Amino acid sequence: MLSYIDKIKEISTGLLKEGRVEMIIGFRKGTVPMMNEPHFAKSPAEVENFVWDSNCGINLCNYLTNRREKIGILAKGCDSRNIVTHIIENKIKRDQLVIIGVPCKGMLDKRKISAMFEAEIGEVIEDETNITVKGDGFEKTLNKKEVLQQNCSVCIHRNPVIHDELVGDPVEEQTDVDRYTDVREIEALPPEEKTKYFEKLLQPCIRCYACRNACPLCYCPTCFTDESRPQWVAKGQDPTDVSTFHFLRAYHCAGRCTDCGACERSCPVGINMRVFTKKLEKDCLELFDWEAGLDPNVRPPLDTYRPSDPDEFIK
Amino acid sequence: MGIESDRLQFSWVSSAEATKFVKVVTEVTKAIQALGPNKNLVKTIPKVA
Repeated sequence: MLSYIDKIKEISTGLLKEGRVEMIIGFRKGTVPMMNEPHFAKSPAEVENFVWDSNCGINLCNYLTNRREKIGILAKGCDSRNIVTHIIENKIKRDQLVIIGVPCKGMLDKRKISAMFEAEIGEVIEDETNITVKGDGFEKTLNKKEVLQQNCSVCIHRNPVIHDELVGDPVEEQTDVDRYTDVREIEALPPEEKTKYFEKLLQPCIRCYACRNACPLCYCPTCFTDESRPQWVAKGQDPTDVSTFHFLRAYHCAGRCTDCGACERSCPVGINMRVFTKKLEKDCLELFDWEAGLDPNVRPPLDTYRPSDPDEFIK
Repeated sequence: MGIESDRLQFSWVSSAEATKFVKVVTEVTKAIQALGPNKNLVKTIPKVA
């Protein structure tokens, strides 16, 4: 993954010089370890700041919504699926985009790594298989595979599904992963246990809406949480309102979520709200044989009707 | 979401199917009475004087 950067810079410089795009969306090094930030290169000189390593977990598709200019964008497997979803939902046109595909081997879970050390992490150095975490008075080498984001460790679409350029050879897709172990465990709980589980899960939520803002699917001009006439959900910390926000947000992502993990990654208190979107992802797969963002020419299950749609729940 | 499966039921009833409507309502009412009052996602709003 680390060798991609030369190719990324080469392609980006070419695109900008030829005037095929007005800007390239990628990543530059962040100000703290394990936090790369989005970078918008509008000239070949700005391309120099691009980086690529295992800290590029933000979903860049989020920056495409309703753009009018021609854009080059770096896309991991999940980003590319969200781009497809954006095209389906008319949030961007395919011919506006030059998609620079980046085969991905997973992104690091910065929260998991930070939790392993008591002191503050000063630097993280990465090679193809390991990372070396350095801080004041300590240094430790970890295997990348063991500290990946959970969604990356069960990812089955690592290669971009749509791209114009590719910065490296496609990586091997994981086939032996069980994506829904956690969802099945929750499904098996009796109703009152489920309620307790969700209350405990969401108890730390401060309603900052970082999960919503990091999500490329959440592009409504006015989110239902911000509506005041009518006020669909109150803004306080009441557990009912907090759950309502998370349940509703998840339902708005049904059949669209690619499990890119941007929501969980952005959460300042570390809530795994992906259990909700994953449950809906599992339902879509089982009921409609649907995985989001694989083909721009297929309409998603929630805006199509097929006579074979499951209807056993109607008595 | 922690809602009992019997508490939420779906049914197609045409305006001409009065007997089906009665049957559905009776059954749903019975099922929900058996479950008792809903305690999930219920918000208690403090009374203001």
